[in-house]
Amino acid sequence: MDPVIEIRNLSKSYRLGERSQLYGSFREAMIRGITAPFTRRNGKGRAAREPFWAVRDINVDVHQGDTIGIIGSNGAGKSTILKIISRITDPSSGEIRVRGRIGSLLEVGTGFHPELTGRENVYLNGAILGMKKTEIQAKFDEIVNFSGVGPFLDTPVKRYSSGMYVRLAFAIAAHLDPEILIVDEVLAVGDVAFQKKCLGKMAEASSRSRTLLFVSHNLAAVESLCNRGIVLQHGRLVFDGSSKDAVQFYLHNVEESGAGARSHVVDLTGAPGRVRKYEPHLKRLELYHGDGRPLTGDVRAGEPLRAVVVFDLEHPCMSFDASIAFDTPTGQRVCTAHSAYEPDREHEERIGEQSFVCDIPSLPLVPGEYKIGVGLDIGGCEVDWIDGAASLTVLKSDYYGTGVIPTKGHFLLDNRWSLAHETSEVYS
Amino acid sequence: MQYFRQSMSSFDLVIKPRGGWQPIDVHELWRYRELLGFLVWRDIKVRYKQTLLGGGWAVLQPLIGMLVFGTLFTTVAPIRSDGSPYPLFVFAGLAPWTFFANALGLASNSLVGSEHMIRKIYFPRIFVPLGATFALGLDMLISVAFMGLVMAYYRWPVSPKICLLPIFIASCFLIAGGLGLILSALNVRYRDVKYVVPFFTQMAFFLTPVIYPLRNVPPRLKMLVGLNPMAGTVEGFRYALLGSPASWDVIWTSLIVSVVIFVIGLYSFRRLELTFADLI
Repeated sequence: MDPVIEIRNLSKSYRLGERSQLYGSFREAMIRGITAPFTRRNGKGRAAREPFWAVRDINVDVHQGDTIGIIGSNGAGKSTILKIISRITDPSSGEIRVRGRIGSLLEVGTGFHPELTGRENVYLNGAILGMKKTEIQAKFDEIVNFSGVGPFLDTPVKRYSSGMYVRLAFAIAAHLDPEILIVDEVLAVGDVAFQKKCLGKMAEASSRSRTLLFVSHNLAAVESLCNRGIVLQHGRLVFDGSSKDAVQFYLHNVEESGAGARSHVVDLTGAPGRVRKYEPHLKRLELYHGDGRPLTGDVRAGEPLRAVVVFDLEHPCMSFDASIAFDTPTGQRVCTAHSAYEPDREHEERIGEQSFVCDIPSLPLVPGEYKIGVGLDIGGCEVDWIDGAASLTVLKSDYYGTGVIPTKGHFLLDNRWSLAHETSEVYS
Repeated sequence: MQYFRQSMSSFDLVIKPRGGWQPIDVHELWRYRELLGFLVWRDIKVRYKQTLLGGGWAVLQPLIGMLVFGTLFTTVAPIRSDGSPYPLFVFAGLAPWTFFANALGLASNSLVGSEHMIRKIYFPRIFVPLGATFALGLDMLISVAFMGLVMAYYRWPVSPKICLLPIFIASCFLIAGGLGLILSALNVRYRDVKYVVPFFTQMAFFLTPVIYPLRNVPPRLKMLVGLNPMAGTVEGFRYALLGSPASWDVIWTSLIVSVVIFVIGLYSFRRLELTFADLI
């Protein structure tokens, strides 16, 4: 089957400084006109006009029913591509061929007029998004029900809470029914329950073999919603594959090259967090991904994590234990992993440098910032402890495989739910 | 970015770099025609929201003008009209002029005011300044209707010439629309437009025979005045409403110039449109 969108050698360049040069006044334009013959010979002026490639040589075929997540750091060109496909701005070169009606949702609520009522805005916004009046009329009740702002339908939207505003806006957009839906970061708004409803509505769209192009910083949403992922870096396409692989690729190859990169080895010999009374027995903490690659960036909730605690034993010793603990930034302990919890542990007497390896099969932490504490016990007594030896950023992920991103509390509890057929059954 | 609707082509849309002068895409404008209606409706609804007098402003503006100029130029510095009572004469001129001045002001700022939409959604941008212009059409109709009341007050008869009024209303739209298109597009790039327009309309008011009859203009300057399309339009309004004597060479020149202005407006808008999203 032929692709519904063919992107061929697509590039978009801006001249650096173009905004300030063009978005000016007549005065500046006239001064430029007068000074142009003189600046032309000036090498400096030319260097300032070096083009900046927001998007460069992109080639993608999108097939019907594809749900594609486009991921990349800020300024990687994600939004520029969507803007070109939605015809808001022209490409500099290359072309895109499209088959079918495009509905683009670069921001919900665009075109809402604060003075108009909810009812009036449904019609206005629908028309701006490209719906026919009869279409809006036919879907009007459905839109209102979906949004849940029914009682306030005849109130000007400027009096709406931001949540109501967004819900109404998304409800209109969700009923656009295009063959190709383009969505940019709209899920960053609204409460969790409504986000889920929107995801559901979008998933419904994709299951009816509609095509979805989705830009988001929410990697979990990309993973659960999309079957294909595209990674952009500095305007170029660097990965095209399944959404899971794309997220992995992004986390390991793109994200880490950013400012957040750090060493996976933490030197503990002079660590400031060491409890003052202890001698420095602990030497290093090393962090790895589950497959053994050094962890130099962030980790996603539910990912396997390997921590290696390296310490020194001055005397021959049989009974020694290492531990690591996860704390919130405010110092509240979330959980502890302790080698004493390991049932299958047998080893001979040791002396000198030792490495204790701790494998966490699935990191049960709610996305957020954590500190890692490290400790060493000898003969059942704590001999070394370092608070906040390393920090760890846990990224959002679809931990439970439902599309709902856990955000509350700190610990991810494995749990199952079912609805009892009858209340009495629970007790029997 | 050209939009092809070819039955032979398997693609609905081909997006590629454009440059230079673009033809007007009539098919697309037709497909989006409802949007124009909605934008006009929005502008009308919003204009007088949270105002005490609402649509009364459409009447009040030329009415106050009529009272002030009527008093001023019948008592302080008398100007002889072309036969009709001076207040009637000046109201017939103020009706199209008020529309023109307001439409130019609103249309030229309309695109910049819709910046948010232009950066986020595609739709024919041309509808934004045109919608602002059309929305003022209601005000024009209200003031023309009010003109009927003023004429009744002065017991001034309506002649069959009133059948020609739609032509002059149309030329008023063409002038305001055409200039509005050019100025709104320029305003995206040069915000100077915002400051130039009020000044320009104020000057043009005195260069247009609104408060004085065209007859008072010396013959050698008459054709020059005729190049100002609003001159012939105002003249035409008086001819159609009051049956005033008209100089048809000026009216014809104005009608032609108004069509030319509108066509220039359409094409220059299409050309400037290409960079809106990047510049606004």
